[in-house]
Amino acid sequence: MKRILMRRLLLSVPLLFVVSVVVFVLQSLIPGDAASQLAGLQATQEDVLRLRRQLDLDEPIWTQYWHWLNGVFHGSLGTSLTNREAVTTALGTRLPVTLSLVLGATVFATVLGVVLGVASSRAGSLAGRLVDLLSVGGLAIPSFWLGLLLISLLSVRLGLLPATGYVKFADSPDGWARSLLLPVSALALGGVTAIAKQTREAMLDVLRRPYIDNLRANGVPERRVVFKHALRGAAIPICTMSSILLVGALGGSVVIEQVFGLPGLGGLAVSATGSKDIPVIQGVAVYFTLLVVAANFLTDIAYALIDPRVRAS
Amino acid sequence: MTAPSGAEPAARALTGADPAGAPPGAEPVVAPSGRPGLARRLLRHPLAVGALLYLAAVVVLAIFAPVFAPYGPQEADLTRVLATPTADHWLGTDSLGRDIASRLMFGARPALTGVLVTVLVAAVIAIPIGLSAALSGGADRIVSPLVDLLMSIPAIVVLLMVLATFDQELLAAMAALGVLTAPGLVRVVRAAALTVAGEPYVAAARVYGFGRFAIALRHVLPRITGPILVNLSLVAATALLTETGLNFLGLGVHLPEASWGGMVADASAAMNQQNWMLIPTGAVVAGTVIALVLLGDGVRDATAEGWARPATPARSRPTRDAAAGRARDRRPDDAVPAENPPILLRVDGLTVTVPGPGGRPAQVIEDVSFDLRAGETLGIVGESGCGKTMTGRAVLGLLPDGAHITGGSIRIDGVDATTMGGRERAGLRGSTIAFVSQEPMAALDPLFTVGGHIAEAVRVHTGAGRAPARRRAVELLGQVRISDPERVAKMYPHQLSGGMAQRVAIALALAGGPRLLIADEPTTALDVTVQAEILRLLRTLQRETGMAILLISHDWGAVGELCERTLVMYAGQVVESGPTATIVAAPQHPYSEGLLAANPQLGTPGMPLHVMPGGVPAPGEWPSGCHFAARCPYVTDDCIAHPIAVAGTDDHRSRCLRTRPTHMIEAKP
Repeated sequence: MKRILMRRLLLSVPLLFVVSVVVFVLQSLIPGDAASQLAGLQATQEDVLRLRRQLDLDEPIWTQYWHWLNGVFHGSLGTSLTNREAVTTALGTRLPVTLSLVLGATVFATVLGVVLGVASSRAGSLAGRLVDLLSVGGLAIPSFWLGLLLISLLSVRLGLLPATGYVKFADSPDGWARSLLLPVSALALGGVTAIAKQTREAMLDVLRRPYIDNLRANGVPERRVVFKHALRGAAIPICTMSSILLVGALGGSVVIEQVFGLPGLGGLAVSATGSKDIPVIQGVAVYFTLLVVAANFLTDIAYALIDPRVRAS
Repeated sequence: MTAPSGAEPAARALTGADPAGAPPGAEPVVAPSGRPGLARRLLRHPLAVGALLYLAAVVVLAIFAPVFAPYGPQEADLTRVLATPTADHWLGTDSLGRDIASRLMFGARPALTGVLVTVLVAAVIAIPIGLSAALSGGADRIVSPLVDLLMSIPAIVVLLMVLATFDQELLAAMAALGVLTAPGLVRVVRAAALTVAGEPYVAAARVYGFGRFAIALRHVLPRITGPILVNLSLVAATALLTETGLNFLGLGVHLPEASWGGMVADASAAMNQQNWMLIPTGAVVAGTVIALVLLGDGVRDATAEGWARPATPARSRPTRDAAAGRARDRRPDDAVPAENPPILLRVDGLTVTVPGPGGRPAQVIEDVSFDLRAGETLGIVGESGCGKTMTGRAVLGLLPDGAHITGGSIRIDGVDATTMGGRERAGLRGSTIAFVSQEPMAALDPLFTVGGHIAEAVRVHTGAGRAPARRRAVELLGQVRISDPERVAKMYPHQLSGGMAQRVAIALALAGGPRLLIADEPTTALDVTVQAEILRLLRTLQRETGMAILLISHDWGAVGELCERTLVMYAGQVVESGPTATIVAAPQHPYSEGLLAANPQLGTPGMPLHVMPGGVPAPGEWPSGCHFAARCPYVTDDCIAHPIAVAGTDDHRSRCLRTRPTHMIEAKP
């Protein structure tokens, strides 16, 4: 088990390296640079060159990358080219928003999906077909479209929840929850149906195993058979799906943040891409990759908690 | 794209059935032929056909948008902005008065080309890499870690960079998406190809000296077309959603060019005045994604049908007339003689029916009757498919799905269990009747410790608290002669040997203090030496606890070791019953005789074992006369004419015409 986790940690180092190199190489291909963007349309050639020198953009790409990497080892992700703010500060204020959204959507999807999946695995084949149908629908409906629909119904028409904006948890836990309810629901819908389908199939698979039969034959009540034995047996594929959802929700959050006007990492990535603010894009890439690494790590730990055979290996 | 359907040529290209792709002179080891084509089978799935028609319509409308669209994509009519559907604008207009229907047709163009680019890029990268990883260990050592690594790259960041680099060139982003989806697809292809590569015909192809390339192309690829196509349809669905999302963010096509995502964004901007526009724009995206997914499902089902064995037509005849004409061996419901212990289990005329091929009901147990007294040991012997296990399950009240009791009764302590409710019936399990199964490893939940397992059963049956239940579990482990019960209680099933696991399973069964233990082939999966130990243990436990044992077995040795009385079952019927020693020494029924003659433990050294020809007829194919007639060396015309009644003494009886009511031992041929 320790070896699996160590391997996971060791793999995350080349992963971060690969991601940062890819981002650097891609950005070097982008026509124009932050200097010409910052200098504006009126600027002379000298202005741009001077700015470029100031921002160290005149150095070769590998030198720039080396500087950046050097900074990383000293705990700095550089400064934004557009407003000279430290990247870690800019990301730090926005990370809680994205984390709340992404984790909220994953937890929401997992809990609701497991409930629906277990219920449908106990009901007949009709419920199964319903889950199949819903899961196609859940996959098909674009999350941003659903978000707009929710705003139009619940916020604009009924005035129940705020349409846009983010309230910090520290300012008002209640406001925080209200500001996240709609975006989290919109982002989670596809996940709910995916988890429900996965849970149903895993449950049906486990309920067919001989040990379930043996438990029933020796008098273990159905409630315990389903919730203690079958659900735990089905937990590994559910965890896998959950972590896949979390990684997917990172991508989805970019659009959802835009719809609901949430000041998260996604919006920052979009605007930084527009202004070619490389250190910021690089920082978002690193944060997203770290979140993926953390998700994979947690999944591995969950596997080990669930299954003793994983612990042993 | 010229074909009306985008999926069809892709499906063709991926089946690998194209003869041009095969190396010349390669003889297929197994040539799957004579099946209807994939396309033809696909047409039998109405949902897939509907999806195909929808997609075809979208493709046609996109290609011929300039012809079909009533208005140009940028044709604005500022006098009629945000109109709801009218005869002129049958899906209404947007905030600039542009016709929504026309713009949806033009917007389909970037959507469809984007999806096509992503799918092609992903397929071209993933299929060869996945195949080579599955078929070559060397490639796999590079590919698998690389796939793990690449799957963790946050796709959205790369897409944003690509869009910035190529100045909002949507196709470049979609190609990048194809590259980013490829690792996931590689996993699918590799996993699917690995299962196929393990099959005997691929091994055979290897032995015949086919190269890896030929094997991959001719033998593996065609078999994994189904999973690949299903996943490509999911890739296509994701690609469409991503394309729409990027356009919604304004990062895709250049405005004012029409795109589906851009139209949703227009709708959101106008949402405070009117929200009709959300409906057609969202519906067309959702509809296309649904169509892609349903098409994938249809292709999967059609591919699966193609590889399934042709269904054998149901030749069986229901045995209802046989059941109707059966002669029941009614016993007088006599009072129990004083010296005999009370009857614990009385099965009378039990008949169990399952839905047979073609939905017609088929009997799997027919008119089975026997008594089991408290503390008695009874064996049920017969080949596989004779209904032994089904009888045990009927007594437990755990018949498999679809099977149900259609006649007779099961009296437990004098109460008919067939009329009990589910809850009442479940209450008997574990406390009155317990069960030990054939595969001890499979019978234990791999996620729980041995002690946790047994303690749970103890708590269920006795209501004991956590600590006392735990102590009782250790006691039970000691009772099944496990030498270090404290240590074993902390172990998980995968850490046990087969014999140890069976002892644990027996301890679990004992937790509720049952009066009847049903043991279904408890020693079959074990080593010979361990078999003897488990049988000795069962005999010891039977003496210690005084519980009755119903041993289901095909092994005369096990039955002889443990059981006072034996039932011999054949094709759903009890063909002989009596004291084990008597049946072994002087079997009345030719089937018992054949079974005994085929038993290696009872054979004479130096003499060849006699093996019965033929096999047990499947349920639903039983003859109306004697079920054993087709394999019987003594068969007469009378045997097949009508159902055979049970005859013999109260103690020893059989279902054979040669059995006389009087005790009479015939010379063996």
